[in-house]
Amino acid sequence: MVDKIVIENLSLQYSDGTESLRNVSMGIRQNAVTVLFGPAGGGKSTLLRCLNRLNDLTEVKASSGQILIDGENILDPKVDVVALRRKVGMVFARPVPLPMSIRENVIYGLELAGEKRKSKLDEAVERSLKLAAIWDEVKDRLDDPAVALSGGQQQRVCLARVLALQPEIILLDEPTSGLDPISTGKVEAALLELKKEYTVILVPHSVQQAARTADYAAFFLTGELIEYDDGRKMFTAPKQRKTEDYIMGRFG
Amino acid sequence: MMKLFARNRHTVQRIGFSLITLMAVVTVLPIVGTVIFILFKGGSAVSWEFLTGFPHDGMRAGGILPAIIGTLYLTIGTAIFSVPLGIAAAIYLAEYAKENRLTRLIRLAIINLAGIPSVVYGLFGLGLFVLFLQFGTSILAASLTLSIMTLPVIISTAEESLRSVPQSFRTVSISLGATRWQTIRRIVLKEALPGILTGVILGLERAAGETAPILFTGAAFFLPRLPGSPFDATMALPYHLFVISTQVPEMPIQIQYGTALVLLVFVLTMNVVATVIRSRARARRQW
Repeated sequence: MVDKIVIENLSLQYSDGTESLRNVSMGIRQNAVTVLFGPAGGGKSTLLRCLNRLNDLTEVKASSGQILIDGENILDPKVDVVALRRKVGMVFARPVPLPMSIRENVIYGLELAGEKRKSKLDEAVERSLKLAAIWDEVKDRLDDPAVALSGGQQQRVCLARVLALQPEIILLDEPTSGLDPISTGKVEAALLELKKEYTVILVPHSVQQAARTADYAAFFLTGELIEYDDGRKMFTAPKQRKTEDYIMGRFG
Repeated sequence: MMKLFARNRHTVQRIGFSLITLMAVVTVLPIVGTVIFILFKGGSAVSWEFLTGFPHDGMRAGGILPAIIGTLYLTIGTAIFSVPLGIAAAIYLAEYAKENRLTRLIRLAIINLAGIPSVVYGLFGLGLFVLFLQFGTSILAASLTLSIMTLPVIISTAEESLRSVPQSFRTVSISLGATRWQTIRRIVLKEALPGILTGVILGLERAAGETAPILFTGAAFFLPRLPGSPFDATMALPYHLFVISTQVPEMPIQIQYGTALVLLVFVLTMNVVATVIRSRARARRQW
């Protein structure tokens, strides 16, 4: 298996002085679910936001190191961030349907990318809503406002919106934190389907979710990568004391 | 003892609430009173002939068409300059500007611009547009002067409504490969539009009713025909009202109040439109 993403000595400090990542190096496998977990403030979300350069919107004081995606350093200022964000899609903790219909939400990114052909757009709507396991629930009301859906449905539409762009990497930042167990199950099931085609990086909202979904797992504590291993090994026999304490629920 | 005290507190509260309610009612009275008074006094003067005719007999008879058309022209002229400039400035301040010395200076200027007395705008317009740029006493010069006066209202309300669009929309849009400008055009402006329109209308409404800024820059005492180009002077409702109330002896009082009524209806109509836009948008809003 190939490393789709290679992170080398990545450090990042925010303008308010908080240090968010300290010298993180790791490789992320293609066609697998890699889970980044650990207590709040550990740098998981910051790392995700580096991968699609969304941190460009935040006041960052200093950063160093590099992130190679398919061998190309995406932190290079010359990188086309729009193209990068089409290749690296992101689902956020709270579903944010844009103030438009379900269909318009799904094709938003494609239209921006210049796709005008109705057949292509319709095809993308159906394909991505099916992949996100929401097609059957919304196919008869695609022109309704997306905000009218339930939270769980909204989140899957948001996932479909990312999938419509046919990205190569999907970042999910606690995508089920606001959802009930049934919706969570549906999103997790969709993830398992997705990893066949995509590189999936997930920040889970609980250790249990991490254990359920991880092919590979990385434990972050105060900006440092403490342990990174095969998911099954990590959650049955962690090597580091800190990891074990966290998984066993001794702190968090 | 305790019981008495408690009852006493309720009484104090009841008196307090009654006073506050009374004050709220009192604030409404002058507005309602003004409208009723003007309607009563001027209603009889307003007729088709009054709205579509020219003044004659030294403005003591006839209609006020040139003043109505003039105010319409001035309002449109003001909109042409102040709306694009104001919205562009608001977009810059709300979406692009970083907090630094330059933006603080711009904000300070806008706040101060809003506090300048309107007659000072008039003098400024006379100096800059009428004399220095040689536009003469004209619709153009008056519109530009009114635009400067209107800008702070438009900029601050537009900036406010741009800022009220949730940040998460911007983040999501950008994460889907939109540029900043695409995000503004397709999401932020669309959602902020009703608020912006309300601010625009309120600003223009103020411009339509002002006398001092147009006094030296574009208003005419009397014109026998309608203005033919932006470089012509024009009659205007607020200035006409000032003229017939103070400058013309033996002026029939109904004509004065009739003119006031027309101006009032003009401005209140704009107000109603703004309110309708705002409430309809609020009902439709998806966040």
